[in-house]
Amino acid sequence: MKILVTVKQVPDTATQVKIAPDGKTIDPTGITWIVSPYDEFAVEEALRIKEKRGQGEVVAVSLGPDRVKEALRSCLAMGCDRAIHLNDPVWATADTLATAKALAAAIKQEGPQLVLCGRQAIDDDMGAVTAQLAELLGWPCAYWIMEEAIDADGKSVRAARQVEGGLEVFDLPLPAILAAQKGLNEPRYPTLKGIMGAKKKEIRDVKAADLGWASEPPQLSIVGLQALPPRPPGRIIAGDVPTAVKELVRALREDAKAI
Amino acid sequence: MASIDLTLSEEQRALRAGVLEICKRYPGEYWRDLDVRREYPEKFVTELTEAGYLAALIPQEYGGAGLGIREGGLILESINYSGGNAGACHAQMYIMGTVLRHGSEAQKREYLPKIATGALRLQAFGVTEPNSGSDTTKLQTTAIRNGDRYVVNGQKIFISRVLQSDLMLLLARTTPVDRVKRKTDGLSVFLIDIRDLKGFEVRPLRMMMNHSTNALFFDNVEIPIESLIGEEGRGFHYILDGMNAERILVASDSLGDARWFIEKAVAYSNQRVIFGRPIGANQGVQFAIARAHISTDAAQLMRDKAAALFDAGQPCGGEANMAKYLGAEAAWEAGNACIDCHGGYGYAEEYDVERKFRECRLYKTAPVNNNLVLAYVGEHVLGMPRSY
Ligand SMILES: Cc1cc2nc3c(=O)[nH]c(=O)nc-3n(C[C@H](O)[C@H](O)[C@H](O)COP(=O)(O)OP(=O)(O)OC[C@H]3O[C@@H](n4cnc5c(N)ncnc54)[C@H](O)[C@@H]3O)c2cc1C
Ligand SMILES: Cc1cc2nc3c(=O)[nH]c(=O)nc-3n(C[C@H](O)[C@H](O)[C@H](O)COP(=O)(O)OP(=O)(O)OC[C@H]3O[C@@H](n4cnc5c(N)ncnc54)[C@H](O)[C@@H]3O)c2cc1C
Repeated sequence: MKILVTVKQVPDTATQVKIAPDGKTIDPTGITWIVSPYDEFAVEEALRIKEKRGQGEVVAVSLGPDRVKEALRSCLAMGCDRAIHLNDPVWATADTLATAKALAAAIKQEGPQLVLCGRQAIDDDMGAVTAQLAELLGWPCAYWIMEEAIDADGKSVRAARQVEGGLEVFDLPLPAILAAQKGLNEPRYPTLKGIMGAKKKEIRDVKAADLGWASEPPQLSIVGLQALPPRPPGRIIAGDVPTAVKELVRALREDAKAI
Repeated sequence: MASIDLTLSEEQRALRAGVLEICKRYPGEYWRDLDVRREYPEKFVTELTEAGYLAALIPQEYGGAGLGIREGGLILESINYSGGNAGACHAQMYIMGTVLRHGSEAQKREYLPKIATGALRLQAFGVTEPNSGSDTTKLQTTAIRNGDRYVVNGQKIFISRVLQSDLMLLLARTTPVDRVKRKTDGLSVFLIDIRDLKGFEVRPLRMMMNHSTNALFFDNVEIPIESLIGEEGRGFHYILDGMNAERILVASDSLGDARWFIEKAVAYSNQRVIFGRPIGANQGVQFAIARAHISTDAAQLMRDKAAALFDAGQPCGGEANMAKYLGAEAAWEAGNACIDCHGGYGYAEEYDVERKFRECRLYKTAPVNNNLVLAYVGEHVLGMPRSY
């Protein structure tokens, strides 16, 4: 079974993100880039499916500039067989729909039976590409997957989705798209052998023209980014305990409307 | 020709990320808890071994990764930078070097692949003795040939990780010092299997920090002649060959410590408000940290230079020693700046600062004292009279 995993490279969660002078993008200096953690769950699940079935191929795909190679290399180090890098200046301003269209074109060329994504990328938290892909491909799709099991003859997948207080279980005919939620698995980290082996694996560069892609203006454009307002200072309530508690309860109820 | 790269390659970044990923699973609490009980970080070391990192320097034909000393250093540096202590296992990386360079093909085939997988641990190296210390050639442990065996008698002190090793590299005298031309002759290196070795006693020493180290006693210990590495009598020269690697790797441990201290110090002094502003706004606090950072960057450049020369197969004795010296001093300087800016909290165990402070101090003393680095540089780099 061929499985394709879409991965996005995002700033490390520990990064203090700064807004660039243009007011619309983030300042890339000093950022450590990582594979979006939800995508790591997807990679891990794909590798487990392959291992369980004893055969198959796992292909990682990412759209982005040159630096994205490093994210793909890290997927190869985890165990993906090869990678595809959608790398073209025309995608510099791609919104989620343009990204989904490019990825869908690549998926059509590859023809996998299953596509795994993360439930959202942790940079802009849009969480839209998976659904857009499913729509563009006309494939069934399930989000927030906590469990999956492919049937023995590889015709369908049973997937359990996290809902409030429980799981919602679906059967999807393959090919299908699943989006991984935290808890699906515990991703492996690359071993030294994996890292060394990744050097020899293929990362294929794909330009827009290779996908027959006609440049189109993004549907969504960023007007501006705003930093969060600084947190207002805390308040210390003075006085003896009975008075202070009364004031605290009043403030919680009337000012903060928390109780 | 050797040259220093000022940025990490993609592969080196991946290596660093891989190590940090493992270290994340072993936070301060893990090391703190072991520290109190003076226990070995078995789980961490096993995981690091299984992921292949301690086999970085073993050539691929023997099952290792065949990487350079720069990568080996990066692995150890990343462990200490993340708050752990690579001293628990760094020797598994480099002690095998003596076997690799001077062992017979049969010894290499037998041991290196098992060291690479971690099936055999070779992370004990017995040199120091109570009565000879830094003056290695005066060591008194003897190994006397008797038929197809050597018989070992003597004592060693401060020999680390013996209880966590299957094999030990041992330096002992095979020809008495009054029967050799130069006192550096007549010493031999043995690779001995210390599991159930008769007449061999290990007494653990409780140290200032969690570092498994021991006094060793050899009472007519018989070892097979196959344990000899290379030629009899050439042992001192063989271990000198391995010292550059050890120096560069220990410098890397120190650099990781220094970076950890500086990062902690900056974060704490930017956030701690006393006298109405962050303490980092005071030059008394800020300059100490800035100075430590300057020392650390300089030490790193020297380490990188030594590593570049080493990996290019060029002589690097001076640079490796200077890197070890600068690294150890930088870590100590950063440790002081860090504990100072933390005020009373620097002494509280839960901040990890006092633990790292104790751990980093070792590298001013071992594996070679910084005084002897100065003596080396004076004599061998500057051509001054031998002072020791
Ligand atoms: C935690 C720990 C782990 C260790 N692990 C190992 C190990 O695994 N294997 C091993 O073989 N050894 C090990 N050692 C020993 C270490 O290598 C020695 O402590 C070190 O080489 C110094 O020897 P010494 O302690 O006998 O000090 P000494 O040689 O007695 O020196 C004491 C002091 O005098 C100074 N000094 C001596 N001679 C001169 C001189 N001519 N000029 C100027 N100053 C001088 C030294 O620099 C030092 O400051 C370890 C030590 C420690 C503390
Ligand atoms: C083992 C131990 C026992 C103690 N016992 C007692 C006790 O019995 N009773 C008691 O009351 N206290 C006790 N203390 C507390 C001790 O007195 C304080 O730790 C000390 O006064 C520093 O306060 P702090 O830890 O809050 O550090 P901070 O005041 O937060 O200072 C942190 C760092 O910032 C520096 N700094 C702060 N402001 C400036 C400035 N303006 N310019 C330059 N540098 C500045 C400080 O010098 C220090 O290096 C004890 C502490 C320890 C570790």
